[in-house]
Amino acid sequence: MDTALEAGDRRLLEVRGLTKVFGSLKACDAVDLTIEKGEIHALLGENGAGKSTLVKMLFGTLEPAAGEIRWKGRPVTIGSPAEARALGIGMVFQHFSLFDALTAAENIVLSLDDNTPIMDVARRARELSKAYGLPLDPFAHVGDLSVGERQRIEIIRCLLQEPELIILDEPTSVLTPQEADKLFETLERLRAEGKSILYISHRLEEVKRLCDRATVLRHGKVVGHCDPREETAASLARMMVGNEVQAVVREAPPSDIARKPLLEICGLSREPASPFAIPLRDIWLTVHAGEVVGIAGVAGNGQGEFFEAVSGEALQTGPGVVSICGHEAGRLDITGRRRLGAAFVPEERLGHGAVPVMSLSENLLLSRYSTDAARLLGAGGVIRAGAVARAARRIAEHMDVRKSGEDPEAAALSGGNLQKFLIGRELDRDPAVMVVNQPTWGVDAGAAARIRQALIDLARQGSAVLVISQDLDELFEVSDAISVMHGGHLSAPMPIGEATFEKIGLLMGGADAGAPPGERVAEGV
Amino acid sequence: MRIELVKRPQHSALFSAVSPFIALGLTVIAGAIMFSLLGKNPVDALYYYFIDPLRETWSLHELAVKAAPLILIGVGLSVCYLSNNWNIGAEGQFIIGAVAGSILPIVFPDFQFWFVLPLMLVMGIAGGAAYGAIPALLKVRFNTNEILSSLMLVYVAQLFLDWLVRGPWRNPEGYNFPETRNFHDYAVLPEIWSASGRAHWGFVFALVVAVAVWFVMARTLKGFEVKVIGQSPRAGRFAGFSHGRMVFFAFMLAGGLAGLAGISEVSGAIGQLRPSISPGYGFTAIIVAFLGRLNPLGIVAAGLVLALSYLGGEAAQISIGVSDKVARAFQGMLLFFVLASDTLIHYRIRITSGRARAAGGRAQAAPAGEVPHGHA
Repeated sequence: MDTALEAGDRRLLEVRGLTKVFGSLKACDAVDLTIEKGEIHALLGENGAGKSTLVKMLFGTLEPAAGEIRWKGRPVTIGSPAEARALGIGMVFQHFSLFDALTAAENIVLSLDDNTPIMDVARRARELSKAYGLPLDPFAHVGDLSVGERQRIEIIRCLLQEPELIILDEPTSVLTPQEADKLFETLERLRAEGKSILYISHRLEEVKRLCDRATVLRHGKVVGHCDPREETAASLARMMVGNEVQAVVREAPPSDIARKPLLEICGLSREPASPFAIPLRDIWLTVHAGEVVGIAGVAGNGQGEFFEAVSGEALQTGPGVVSICGHEAGRLDITGRRRLGAAFVPEERLGHGAVPVMSLSENLLLSRYSTDAARLLGAGGVIRAGAVARAARRIAEHMDVRKSGEDPEAAALSGGNLQKFLIGRELDRDPAVMVVNQPTWGVDAGAAARIRQALIDLARQGSAVLVISQDLDELFEVSDAISVMHGGHLSAPMPIGEATFEKIGLLMGGADAGAPPGERVAEGV
Repeated sequence: MRIELVKRPQHSALFSAVSPFIALGLTVIAGAIMFSLLGKNPVDALYYYFIDPLRETWSLHELAVKAAPLILIGVGLSVCYLSNNWNIGAEGQFIIGAVAGSILPIVFPDFQFWFVLPLMLVMGIAGGAAYGAIPALLKVRFNTNEILSSLMLVYVAQLFLDWLVRGPWRNPEGYNFPETRNFHDYAVLPEIWSASGRAHWGFVFALVVAVAVWFVMARTLKGFEVKVIGQSPRAGRFAGFSHGRMVFFAFMLAGGLAGLAGISEVSGAIGQLRPSISPGYGFTAIIVAFLGRLNPLGIVAAGLVLALSYLGGEAAQISIGVSDKVARAFQGMLLFFVLASDTLIHYRIRITSGRARAAGGRAQAAPAGEVPHGHA
C-alpha cells in the first residue's frame, strides 16, 4: 500500500521539538518521535512524564506551544480530534466514553461525524469484528458487556474510521491475561496490514513482547529510543525512572505475630444500588494480622461495590457481617470503622479519595478529622491549620510526593503523586486494617514499587492489609494469598505458594472455583 | 483572530478577588448605554442612581434597612450554594418567617411583655427553617429537584400571606384595608440610632450573622464539610459526611436566616403584615450571594451594593423620570456579569493571532482536502 513512497521513507508520523508548557511546568520539552508504517511503537514513561500530554497533542485535544508535527512528510496542524481522525489518526482511550444504556452500534454511531444509518454501522462493525477476531454483538447493551468487550467497541469504533495510526492508552490495564492475549493478536494483525500503532503502557513485559521500537520519556524529555526486544524489563524501567527500580521485598510473614483476625467478612451480600451495579453474593473473607490478601478480578465484577461495603460507605444488614479488630462494624459508617483502626484508599483518586479543587492539607483532613481529632481540631471543631499543614508536609516528604508549590490543589498533582499522598495519608495513621482498591492504577514503576513495599511493610508490622487490584503482577508481588472476584462472588483465598497466573486467570474469566485448573491451557502466561 | 478560553491549572486567586469589580464596572458601562438609549444623559443618570443616595444620613439609614435582609438571606444562601443545594425559595422562607414571627403581636395583641420580641425572632427563625425543610425533605426522601420545589413554595407562601391579611388576620379596626393590626411597642424591633434615621437592629443581626458564618465556613470542620459535599459528594461520603443531613442543614440554615430577615423587616421596618412585605429580597439575595463570591464578608459588601440599586431605582424614578423597573434591569445585568466574570477564575482568555493558525490550517487543509475549517 505504500509503494508510492520510497523504501527509505517509511515515516508515517514525525514529531520534532514538540513542547507544551503548563504554567511553569514543561510537560513536554522538545520531544522527538518517529513512527514508521507498520510498526508497533511503545511510548514508555513514568506518570507525569508527559505521555498523555504528547498523545493529546497528536490527537488534537491540546495545542503545542512549539514544535512541528509531520504526517507523511508534510507539516500539519492538528486542531481537534476531528482533524486528527480526518488525517487518519485514531485513538482508544484508557477510560472508555460509552453510554451504558445504549447498544454498541448506537455508541459507535454517536461518534461518527456523518449520518450513517445505524444498520450500515452495525454491519460494518460486525465485519470488522470478524476480520480482526474481536467478537462483538453490535446490538448488545453496553451496560451488559464486560470491560474487555467494551474495549472492543472502542477499538472497532476507531477502526471504522480506517486510521493509519492507532493510539492505544494502557489498553491491557483492564483485561484478564487471556483477554490481553487476544488483543495482542489483533494488534499484530493490524501491524501486518501496514497500520501503525502507538502503544502506551507501563507493563514492560508486554512492551518487550509486542513492540518493535520504544520511545522513553522522563520529566517531559525523550531519554532514549530503543528496541525493547533487546532490553530487559529492568533496563527499560531504569530508562523510565532514571535509576534502578527498587525491587519489592516480600518476606514470609514472621511467625511471632499471633495470627489474630483483624478484618472479618462473614456472609456479605449486597443488592445492586443502580441498574448497572453488581450484586455481591455471600462473601466470606478473613484477613489476619501480618498478612496481605489480594483480590484479583476483571474490572466491574463487584470490586467497587465490595470496597464500598467494607469501607462503610454502604452499610450492611447486620452488625456482625463486617468485623474490624474484633469489633462488629456492619452498622457503623466509614467514620466509625476508621475509629476502630481501619483505613481505606478508594480506586478513584479525584472525586472519591480526594476533592480535586481542595489543597493537599484539606484533603488530609478529609479522612483524618475524626481519628486525629485531638491533634487536628480545636474546641468547637475549629481546624488547627498549622497542625494539618505540618502533617501534610510530613506525608509528602515521607512518600516523596512531587508537587508544584507548598500546598497545591489535589487536581494539580499527577496521578502517581496524588496516589502516593493518599496512601501516605492512611499509612501515617499506622492503621490496624488497610483496605486499598487499585493501589497503583496508572502509577509509574518507581512510585508503584514504593507503594507496594509500604503495604507489605505495614502488614509485617502486624496490620492486616487487603489489596483489590486488576494487576496480577502486583498481586503476586505483594500478596500472601489471593482470592478472585467474579460476578459478585469471591473465591476462597489461594496461598501464594499454590497460585499461578494461569489458575488465577481462569478464575477471573469465571471458571468454576471447584474445577481442576489447567484443563484450559492459556498461552503466554 | 480567535479568542480562546484556556483552563488554568489552578484557580486564580487574583481573579477570585477582582471578578466582582469587573462585573460592577461592566454593569455601570452597560447601564450608561441603557440610559443613553432611554434618551437620558448617562452621566447624570448614573450620578442619581449610584452617588446621590449616599449623600445624606437618612438615606444611608435606608441603605442599611434594605441591606439587612439581603445580607441575612445572602449569607444563608451562600451555605446552600456551597453545599450544592439550589435553594431559590428564600423569598418564601422570608414570608413564612415574617408570618410565624407575627403570630404573637397579631393573634395575641394583649400579650405585652419585654420578652415578646425575642420570642418573635425565635419564631421567625423557626418558621423560615421549617419552610426551608420542606424542599430539603422532598429532595432527600424523593429526590425531587429542589430548584423547582423551593421556587414553587414561594408562590404558596405569597398567596398564604395574601389570604391571611385579607382574611383571618385583617385588622378589625382597619376599614377593610388588607393589612393586619399594627404591632404594639413590645413587638417592634428598635432603631439603632433613632435620632438620625430608620435603620433597625436587623442590620446589626446581619453583620453578626455574616461574621459568625464566615468563621464557621472558613475555620471549622462544619464549613469544611459543607465545601466537601458541595464540590464532591462522593468524597464527602468517603469522609463520612452525611449528604442527607447536609441538605437539611443548608436549607434550614438558609430558611432560618431568611425567616429572621422576614420578621426583622416586618417588626423593624413595616410594623404590620401587608399583602406584599418584600420587594423581592429573596431573589435579589441570590445575586448578593454570588456577587459576594459566596463568602459571608463579601456578601456584606454585595448586600450594600444591591441595596443601593433599590435606592437608586427610587431616586432615578424621582429625579430623571425613568421607570423603577430600571432597578431590576440593573440587578439582572449585575448577576449576568458576575457569572460571566467568574469564568476568569478558572479560565484565562487567550487571543491567538489568527494569521499563523489560518496559514497552518490552509497548508494542512490544501493537500488533505478534508480537514474541516473550524477556526477563523
